[in-house]
Formats: sequence, C-alpha cells, structure tokens
Amino acid sequence: MDPQVIIARRVAKELKNGDLVNLGIGIPTLVAHYVPSDLKVFFQSENGLIGTGPIPEQGMAHPTLTDAGGRPISALPGASAFDSAMSFGLIRGGHVDVTVLGGLQVDAHGLLANWMIPGKMVPGMGGAMDLVSGAKRVIVAMQHAAKGKSKIVAKCTLPLTSARPVNLVVTDMAVIGFPDGKATLLETAPGISIGEVMAVTDAELVVPDIVPEMKI
Amino acid sequence: MKAISVEEAVAMIPAGASIMVGGFMSVGTPERLLDEVVRQQKTGLTLICNDAAIPGKGVGKLFDAALVSRMIATHIGLNPKAQQQMLAKQVDIDLVPQGTFVERIRAGGCGLGGVLTPTGVGTLVAEGKRQIEVDGKPFLLETALRAQFALVHAFLADYLGNLAYALTSRNFNPIMAMAADTVIVTAENIVPVGVIAPDHVVTPAPLVDFLITNG
Repeated sequence: MDPQVIIARRVAKELKNGDLVNLGIGIPTLVAHYVPSDLKVFFQSENGLIGTGPIPEQGMAHPTLTDAGGRPISALPGASAFDSAMSFGLIRGGHVDVTVLGGLQVDAHGLLANWMIPGKMVPGMGGAMDLVSGAKRVIVAMQHAAKGKSKIVAKCTLPLTSARPVNLVVTDMAVIGFPDGKATLLETAPGISIGEVMAVTDAELVVPDIVPEMKI
Repeated sequence: MKAISVEEAVAMIPAGASIMVGGFMSVGTPERLLDEVVRQQKTGLTLICNDAAIPGKGVGKLFDAALVSRMIATHIGLNPKAQQQMLAKQVDIDLVPQGTFVERIRAGGCGLGGVLTPTGVGTLVAEGKRQIEVDGKPFLLETALRAQFALVHAFLADYLGNLAYALTSRNFNPIMAMAADTVIVTAENIVPVGVIAPDHVVTPAPLVDFLITNG
C-alpha cells in the first residue's frame, strides 16, 4: 500500500462522530477520503467554511468556493460560511476537535516544527501556529523519514510551530504518542517490525510490552 | 458613500501608501482595483494581505510589477516572485500567524490597542514582543494594525454601500473594511437598496467610502 494511504487511513480512524476537523495540505488532505460514510464529521476550511465537500464535477466549480490553496471545493448540506476572524476564533478558541497537520520534525517531547527551513524555505506559517496552539487534539501525519533521515528527532533543529506538544504522530511506519511527555511507540505499520522503526527513529522511543499492528 | 470610477479611486492612493487588500489566494480580491494600481504604477506600497497569491492573480500582480516595498502576510509560499523579492531584500516581508494577522486588523478596526494571543509563545514569533500572563497562562501582546486604504471586494453592494459576501470570498474583507482610513469597494453585483435584507448586511454602508461603478 502507498505510504501516504497507510497514514491517511490510520488517521481517519481517530475521527469521531460530530467532530469539527481541520486538515492541513498534503497527506492530511487525503484523510477525508477514508472517513466511513456513516460517520458525520464536519471539515473546516480555514478560509471560511465548515462543511467542505469533494472537488465539484467538471464545469461546476464556483470562484467563491475554494479551499485554503485556492482550489475549487463543494459545500455539503448544512455547510456554513464565515469571515477569517470567526474561522480563527474557532481554531484558537478550542472549538476545533482535531487538526491534522504535516510535519518536518517532531521531537521526543512531541514538539512540532513544520513551517520553515531557515535560508531555504520561508513560505510563512499560515494557520499552522494557531491550529497547534488552539485545537483540542493535534495529529501530525507525515512520512517517518525523509531521504533516509528520521523526522522523529531528539530535539527539533528547525523553528518550532508551537510550545504546545502534539497529541499523536502517524507515519508510514508507526503511531507514536506522548504519554507522560515521552515519545512512545503505540503501533507499528503492517509488516514493519519494532526493530525497523527503532532503526530509523532518532528520538528515544519508549516501547511498551505490547505494541499492536496498525489496523487500517 | 460616493460612487466613482476605478481610475478616480486609484488616483487617490499616493505612492508609498499602506493598503489592506481582501482575499485569500486571490479569492475575494478586488482585481479591478489591483489592475488599476498596476496601470498607474503606484510604487513603494506597504501591502497588508493574507498571502501573495500567485503570479498574475490578485496581489501577485503587484509583485509582478515590483510595486511592493513592504508586506505583512501569513503565507507567501505559492508566489515564487514574492519569495525571490524577499530573499533579494527588495521587499521586507513580515510573516504573521493567520489568526494573529486577522485579530490585529480586527483590533485596529475596533479601537483596541491590540490583542493577547497564545499563538506564537515559545517560537520565533515571540521575539521582541511583550509576554503577559493572565491567570497563569502566557500570551503575546500583538498590536493593532491599520492602513491608509482598504481595498475590499464584495458579492453584493447596494446603492448606499451596504455589503454582503459570498462563501469563501468573504475571508478578510469585512474585517479590513473596519480598519482603514479610506475604504474602497468593488462588488460582483450592484443592487437596489433593500435587495440585501438588514439581517444579511455584513458590512454596514457607513463603513464604505467609495464604491467602484460598473464598466
């Protein structure tokens, strides 16, 4: 299975009925495809909509109905539209149940860096800092390693997104949580051994006696 | 409110002015006003806009024409020209978290000195800012933001200047319409008074200084 699909399917299992959910760009966006149809989840687009739906059929797009990247979306029955102060009031005010974001690094204490690489990539933080500061649960969806280098590090070397630790990291190899503030291996991906995870993880990982395989 | 042509409106903006521009990745952006800013070559602008859009669209046109000397934004990653101009130090870009960006503008429009936000505490964003504890929790003091001009785009404007917006093209427009000395509006549709019901007016007419006429 495609690594991104493994991540998206596993993250989708974290969503509960009635949740207000904000998905970041990249792998997080894929999560919406794997939410069971009987689960009622509200997706927020930070540019001012709750109730985002799939890309409209050819020729049905409207210039005033877009996602945060400016791409056409649709609105589901029951959707609502609002300005950016309201949108970020929802985010910062703790009204968003789950946010799923991409990451560049997550450290042993759950701190996330995902908005800049000094001197190389300075796109701006957009809504990421508010989402990590304010959402009830923060889930990072990312590849475990990039170009052979672990993205789960002892300490972030890139600028932090927030001083608040994330709740869960889902990668193509593992699910990692932070009980007692320590990175802990909660699950391994299908066909991946604990040893294989440890070999590509820079951060010290707590390994419980039983580490189940991800159910996706 | 006064109805004027786009040429007259932009002629009021001096070179070096500060302008807030509504829109999110150019969705809900007053394109006609920006085209005219480019045509009249208003240089040295301080631009306050969520993002730099993409080349050829929205405020991206201002970067194509090298008219911006300073920008306050939340994200410029989808406009390579804005990034190049920043890295070449032709444009001074201040990157702000999006929730902080909109609250600073809201504060500017509502007579507040600023806001206290937890966003950015313990990050690069906190550098040089006052940190204030309230009930044991740390917040950053983020100061209010205003501009000389707000360039706003609405879906509906009536003859008095009452405004209503459509879906995700609302974004920063109604907030910016509160936070500038002069508010200039373009609308998809100009309609008779009464077409926008009082409950559906988002920006009340007295906030609008100039409405750009059709044609």
